[in-house]
Amino acid sequence: MTPAWDVAVVGAGIVGAACARECAARGLQTVVIDAAGVGGGATAAGMGHIVAMDDSPAQLALTRWSQELWHELSPKLPREVEFESRGTLWVAADEEEMAEVRRKQGVFAAAGVAAEILDSRALAEAEPQLRKGLAGALLVPADGVLYPPAAAAWLMGEAIRMGAVMITSQRVIAAARGLVRTDNGKEYSAKRIVHACGAAGTDLLAELPVRKRRGHLVITDRYPGFVHHQLVELGYLKSAHSIASDSTAFNVQPRQTGQLLIGSSREFGAEDSTINYPLLRAMLQRAASYLPGIGRLQAVRVWTGFRAATPDKLPLIGPWPGDDSICLATGHEGLGITTSLATGRLVASEIMGEKPGIPAEPYFPVRFLEADHGSPTPTLYGEAAHG
Amino acid sequence: MSREFDVLVVGAGPAGIAAAATAAESGLHVGVVDDNPAAGGQIWRSGALLPAAAQRWKARLAAAGVVRLQGWRIVDCPEPGAARAERNGAEITRDPESEGRRDLRYRHLILATGARERFLPFPGWTLPNVMGAGGLDAMVRGGLPIAGKRVVVAGTGPLLLAVAAHLTSRGARIVAICEQASAAQMAPLMMQVLRRPGKLWQGASYRWATKKSRYLTRCWTVAALGDERLRSAILQRDGKQWCVECDVLACGFHLVPNTELAALLGCRLENGFVATDERMQTSVPGIWCAGEPTGIGGVELSLLEGQIAGLAAAGKTSAARRLAGRRRGALGFVRALERACQLDPQIRDLPREDTVICRCEDVRLGALLGRGGWRDAKLHTRCGMGPCQGRICGGATEFLFGWHADSVRPPVFPALVSSFLEPDAASELASPKEAL
Ligand SMILES: Cc1cc2nc3c(=O)[nH]c(=O)nc-3n(C[C@H](O)[C@H](O)[C@H](O)COP(=O)(O)OP(=O)(O)OC[C@H]3O[C@@H](n4cnc5c(N)ncnc54)[C@H](O)[C@@H]3O)c2cc1C
Ligand SMILES: Cc1cc2nc3c(=O)[nH]c(=O)nc-3n(C[C@H](O)[C@H](O)[C@H](O)COP(=O)(O)OP(=O)(O)OC[C@H]3O[C@@H](n4cnc5c(N)ncnc54)[C@H](O)[C@@H]3O)c2cc1C
Repeated sequence: MTPAWDVAVVGAGIVGAACARECAARGLQTVVIDAAGVGGGATAAGMGHIVAMDDSPAQLALTRWSQELWHELSPKLPREVEFESRGTLWVAADEEEMAEVRRKQGVFAAAGVAAEILDSRALAEAEPQLRKGLAGALLVPADGVLYPPAAAAWLMGEAIRMGAVMITSQRVIAAARGLVRTDNGKEYSAKRIVHACGAAGTDLLAELPVRKRRGHLVITDRYPGFVHHQLVELGYLKSAHSIASDSTAFNVQPRQTGQLLIGSSREFGAEDSTINYPLLRAMLQRAASYLPGIGRLQAVRVWTGFRAATPDKLPLIGPWPGDDSICLATGHEGLGITTSLATGRLVASEIMGEKPGIPAEPYFPVRFLEADHGSPTPTLYGEAAHG
Repeated sequence: MSREFDVLVVGAGPAGIAAAATAAESGLHVGVVDDNPAAGGQIWRSGALLPAAAQRWKARLAAAGVVRLQGWRIVDCPEPGAARAERNGAEITRDPESEGRRDLRYRHLILATGARERFLPFPGWTLPNVMGAGGLDAMVRGGLPIAGKRVVVAGTGPLLLAVAAHLTSRGARIVAICEQASAAQMAPLMMQVLRRPGKLWQGASYRWATKKSRYLTRCWTVAALGDERLRSAILQRDGKQWCVECDVLACGFHLVPNTELAALLGCRLENGFVATDERMQTSVPGIWCAGEPTGIGGVELSLLEGQIAGLAAAGKTSAARRLAGRRRGALGFVRALERACQLDPQIRDLPREDTVICRCEDVRLGALLGRGGWRDAKLHTRCGMGPCQGRICGGATEFLFGWHADSVRPPVFPALVSSFLEPDAASELASPKEAL
């Protein structure tokens, strides 16, 4: 029997939507199935910072390419996606962090990402609300901000316009060997199945090396002009936040509405959506230590979301060893909004057998199976404070 | 700054006053937090000539030695047994860090958070001088001059009559009272009201006080007209429409219970109201609920429930049980009220595609059509994402689309970021003697 579909995408977060759009654009018969609707998972909880990150060369390659793809798309994005290129300021507190600013600038320059060093005075002029006496910052002008649920909805709309079919309110209970089954008894046979369930991926593939990593965000009322760039600290270098423990970092984003999103926190082992008050407090204290005036703003809502974390902080994109029908598109941790577009390209290239825009191997899931088995151990150095 | 209580009451309307006074009279250390400048809730506000019952209860509250935080608001409950209070409007006080916030600890929590008006959108409802009927009523009690103004009161329920009567007594000219329900639909309620003279809603006397104005059933406002401010309203009855000139349009489509704090605390809701047992205990032990959040039933029932909760929290079970029997008898009124205020489906058709539904975020009806539910609409249109967090538009979208607001998140009301910055309430407990 020939499969009814070329591609079945499980999950309509921003990653699934981007995959569907690329598949549909290549003429593949594509169906997307989501337990809820478009963009209601981590995509609805994230910050929407489009950011070039250099924790590893592979991460930089993926984020830089994605950033470029977002800029290419930007003229087409409707107003509600709120895409803006405000730039990121990586804030350095002292000389040690200024050394990191210079190192980062070098790495970015080599990868073709323009970045400018601000000294203490220039930083104070650019962001008067920051505390006095900071050493400087690295400005990355091409970094941007968008509103993720609207971006996911637009990508999905494009996919549908090109022939994809969207099925909402159906939970997938099994998706393997070319067959997707849902909780209401429906079956979808497909040549390829794209797993794009974000942090819920292990529900369908228990062996996935993905763990839920909870984050808190606070949104304020409207204070236009309070800050002008996405502000992120470089202090994570010294506070030695490891991938194994809970951590917080200063990360504040001005929204087009004039609201501020305040992040960020990371914690493992928290499976529900309740608030961890001590962690929330630590996160806001961190923010207030950089922006002393922030305590006087009104918070409108506090929420949590789940990142899909992998042991090496790179996503899982590509074939799943042991089942030729499955292609993974998950494990994007705190960068899935940024890297959704590149993920869509890589997935479509894999399915079509095309040569992708960047080498795809660093993201292949097989990397975890080649290493010695057992639970993947965290091996990582300090990590950046991105969303 | 913090303080420990045996019983902490949230809300000082009739239910909260009764709960706090009763619990304190039983010898407990009681605190009550209310976000208005004075105790009294929706109906017993200062400035009005208070009925005898109100004066009695306020005197009892004062005599019982209840600690009162008036003009404060519970914004969050960060852990079991702890509530965070913030001064209402703390953003504008000079030193919010030290003065605007308090941590309160409790053994029992009584939620008496009342209800708010339901607003329903129609073209022009966002014009200046179109306001909530209860809101206008409170503003007039607070000193807003209304004498000589032409007022249309529209919506549903006995609240309209109460407001019209009060405004009349302040010299307003009531152009029309538009009750969307039919006379037949209202009849059982009015019978109940008449059967209990001098109690509940006193509908008959309200009716009498406003008899010079026009009380129209099956009638509603189709549109409000004006440029910078309201000039006239188009009314409709039995398919016929006409225009009346007016200075103020006071609207109220019954009440929506304030259940956000209960939901945040994990209390079970049933059909939109807080579920309680006979003693007014919610599904969470030690958390009690009284008054409108358990069902819209007016002052008398709120007082009863407040007393039951206060007694039960104080462990006076048999006294609470006696009152619970009386409460059962009064619950018929809740159902009569609910049936009387059932909204005519035609009212769903009033807003046009360009009519604003969510005022905070300026979301219009057209953007909401075809959305899958509250969360879907919220994520993709920003409806309900503003400072009011769906308090206003949620009541409208519930009626228009049958959507139910999704999860409640802290803070319950917009709160200073610094409210989340402070260390644990437990670690900085002040001595109980410290003045609040
Ligand atoms: C606090 C926080 C801040 C962040 N900030 C940023 C940032 O600034 N920049 C950035 O790039 N990234 C950020 N991220 C990360 C980003 O949000 C995620 O990486 C991204 O949203 C992942 O998208 P996704 O499509 O893989 O997953 P999701 O958005 O979670 O989508 C998965 C979808 O799959 C569906 N699904 C799951 N299981 C099933 C099933 N069994 N059957 C059917 N459907 C199913 C769900 O309903 C959901 O719609 C942040 C994340 C968090 C939590
Ligand atoms: C104009 C008008 C006329 C009325 N006339 C009658 C009548 O004649 N007869 C009758 O029986 N009923 C009447 N009612 C209804 C009556 O007001 C209510 O039934 C009664 O007030 C309910 O009492 P309550 O204590 O449950 O709530 P409320 O009176 O609403 O009191 C709740 C209080 O809690 C406060 N609050 C809520 N959340 C918080 C928080 N998180 N922190 C701090 N404070 C909080 C509120 O601001 C409010 O002050 C009338 C209502 C109005 C508006």
